Amino acid sequence: MKKDFTGIYKSLGAVILGLIAGGILMAAIGANPFKGFLYLFMGGIQSIERIGNVFATATTLILTGLSVAFAFRTGLFNIGAAGQMLIGGLCATIIGLSFNDLPRVILLVVMFLAALLGGAIWGIIPGLLKARFNVHEVVATIMMNWIAYWVVYYVIKNNFTAGLETESASIPAVAQLRIPWLTELLNGSYLNLGIVIAVAAVIVIKFILDRTTLGYELKAVGYNRHASRFAGIKVNRSIILSMMIAGGLAGLAGLTYYTGYSINIQIGKLPTQGFDGIAVALLGATSPWGVFFSATFFGLLHAGKGFMSANTSVPPQISDTIIAIIIYFTATSLFIENIVKKLRNKRAERKALKAAGASTSPPTAKPGSDDNTKPGGDEQ
Amino acid sequence: MEYIVEMLGIRKEFPGVLANDNVTVQLKKGEILALLGENGAGKSTLMSILFGLFHMDKGKIKIRGKEVRINNPNDANALGIGMVHQHFQLVETFTVTENIIMGVEDGFVLDRKKAGKRIKELSEQYGLNINPDEIIEDISVGMQQRVEILKMLYRNAEVLIFDEPTAVLTPQEIHELMEIMRNLIKEGKSIILITHKLKEIKEIADRCTVIRRGKVIGTVEVNSTSTQQMADMMVGREVSFTVDKKAKEAGEVVLEIDGLNVLNNRKTLGLKDFTLQVRRGEIVGVAGVEGNGQTELVEAVTGLRKIESGSVSILGQDTARYSVRKKNEAGIAHIPEDRQKFGLVMEYTLAENFVLKSYYHPPYSNFKLLNKDIMNEHAEKLIKDFDVRAGQGSKSPAKALSGGNQQKAILGREIDLDTDLLIAVQPTRGLDVGAIEYIHKRLVEQRDSGKAVLLVSLELDEIMDLSDRIAVINSGELIDLVINDDSVNEYDIGLMMAGVKRGDEQ
Repeated sequence: MKKDFTGIYKSLGAVILGLIAGGILMAAIGANPFKGFLYLFMGGIQSIERIGNVFATATTLILTGLSVAFAFRTGLFNIGAAGQMLIGGLCATIIGLSFNDLPRVILLVVMFLAALLGGAIWGIIPGLLKARFNVHEVVATIMMNWIAYWVVYYVIKNNFTAGLETESASIPAVAQLRIPWLTELLNGSYLNLGIVIAVAAVIVIKFILDRTTLGYELKAVGYNRHASRFAGIKVNRSIILSMMIAGGLAGLAGLTYYTGYSINIQIGKLPTQGFDGIAVALLGATSPWGVFFSATFFGLLHAGKGFMSANTSVPPQISDTIIAIIIYFTATSLFIENIVKKLRNKRAERKALKAAGASTSPPTAKPGSDDNTKPGGDEQ
Repeated sequence: MEYIVEMLGIRKEFPGVLANDNVTVQLKKGEILALLGENGAGKSTLMSILFGLFHMDKGKIKIRGKEVRINNPNDANALGIGMVHQHFQLVETFTVTENIIMGVEDGFVLDRKKAGKRIKELSEQYGLNINPDEIIEDISVGMQQRVEILKMLYRNAEVLIFDEPTAVLTPQEIHELMEIMRNLIKEGKSIILITHKLKEIKEIADRCTVIRRGKVIGTVEVNSTSTQQMADMMVGREVSFTVDKKAKEAGEVVLEIDGLNVLNNRKTLGLKDFTLQVRRGEIVGVAGVEGNGQTELVEAVTGLRKIESGSVSILGQDTARYSVRKKNEAGIAHIPEDRQKFGLVMEYTLAENFVLKSYYHPPYSNFKLLNKDIMNEHAEKLIKDFDVRAGQGSKSPAKALSGGNQQKAILGREIDLDTDLLIAVQPTRGLDVGAIEYIHKRLVEQRDSGKAVLLVSLELDEIMDLSDRIAVINSGELIDLVINDDSVNEYDIGLMMAGVKRGDEQ
């Protein structure tokens, strides 16, 4: 099959422009950009432990990114990954703290299912509201984020704290996604079973989107709701299903973060990974493997920024700024594309004129398609 | 001879498309010049350049012999050039006067009275019969078009460009528009008429410039040129106008619509107590002016719109409460009015679009898994059978196809469903003569093979050419159902389209 690489070019272009802009920023505060970048990337890859941490950070981002990307492919904007992730994490935490006398394998499977279900429920609600009452999913998911925030606040504070009021008791080792031999192998890295879940999710989602009738329906609804209805696809059902799956993915992100990475859940905090997921999805051009690589890249920047600021005069915020700039360039890639196109056309035109001047062969004419100039299908 | 507008050696290139290639068009003072060409030939681009909406890459524009630069529509207005767009540019909730003075109000305080008086004078002078105080949404489409014309006259336009002005009009309104155009010429105006309808050119234009693929093929005197010659120039080969259709006895009833009531988007009855039958081996054409219930009828039959009361049966099976999919499965194929909105998922490939209604069952999928190889084979077959021209074959995204090829793809998909009923809505809208010929042939083929065909079209010629029976619809009501034989003429149907029942005349 022929692959479409335009998405990759766009993303790579945005990354390069973002890095250049970051370099200019470093130079502007009087630091050496080359040194800055050297330490930034060294911080991510110089040791096996740090490489492990890059992927440990990426794990959560892969899943939230996948959640946003999946919803996006089906025409929905899931701003609620943060809330879905919190609820998924909460469910897993509750199971992990309450039933830790179960055998490990069973416990982990139950936690996995609880996180998946919790996130899915948090996704279904905005899906239902959208399908039934046409409530915009952006509004509904933002509200669900705050409901999740306070649910966690209430439940954890009243039932699952130990010592500190602001966070849950630590997840016992039996209920953690961390595995001792892996931690040891990677010299104490946070990398855990979550990465297996994340990669599996990438593969499963790619399979659903590309090979199944479900994916065919969901994408059709995302691209063109009217044509889907015309073809007999149940549009409302697709919206609900899509939000459910997106929510489930974000719920798994909560599992990997709260029981694998941080091993407790803090109250009064919406996880930033939920929102970073939007950036990851955008940079990954909403394709599953694109999400994997962009999440890994963000993981690299996150993991390396501390090392950079410790060894240079560049503050860690520069790394966040680079991420922000990359997102801007990704979001405005259409604008960049247009500039490139214009330049290319100008060049082609000049060439054509020169050729026309040199030889007598007429330029080939193609009929202009009226479809391009017609205003888009008006709502009647 | 004095030319009022001269466009000399115009060149305009869009990315990948040379829309105008060394085009020269000259308009004499006091004449009607028709600009004839297929869709995408470059007519609209050329006129948009004259009106200042596009900038030309090369060439010269002379107005009254003087070379000018037209950078935007205001420059064009100042030079006395006005354009009546195909899609009216009116504010629905404003009065006629307010719409006309929009953009040329003098001073801070609106003097509606003074403006209204001038509009009334202009209306009388040109026989437009417009009441300046009426609200746009209350007046007919034909009247709205006159408001557009008045807008130009109010701005002292000397040259009026009409872009496909008859597309939205009834035959009577077309007739009146022709009258208005003659009045305009009498009062010293000059007109450029963009159209692909030969009959109108023959009726009203003095000269005709034919454009094909961005190039001028020639300019002819309309009086001494036959419509056949002009059509051949436009298409570049010989065109057959007549649809080859043999008499055929209609068979059993396939579609039975009985007492159907359907709401429109404004939540009032868009279709009222509508009853109609379509039988095997016949084409029933629904004739009517746009927005008279055709959309509601089709959407109700196909399940896209809720039915208030009444029944829709397919081969005796009442489908009124069925979902869209169940209706499709009961035996409806549907070529929708808006092919890009309803007919295709533009981002999907042809292979994916060809299974839009059948992806969920074998052989295209098994156990919910798509079978891409079979989808591709299926696509290649339809591409061949229906002559769909696509750069990358079954892997071409639908949006990469031209309008005609998109329509052929939809036609292929729907015919391939092999259902008893085929509903075709505006199947040739915006297509060139060649594609129209092809699609008409295939529709008649379906009829001949014993399918029931319901054809909804705003083009009366199309209805008259293809239908065995004609159902005329006005304000959501069936005005009459006539057998399409030699006794039927366009004028009678046109009156019915305006809501006049047989026998009501005088």
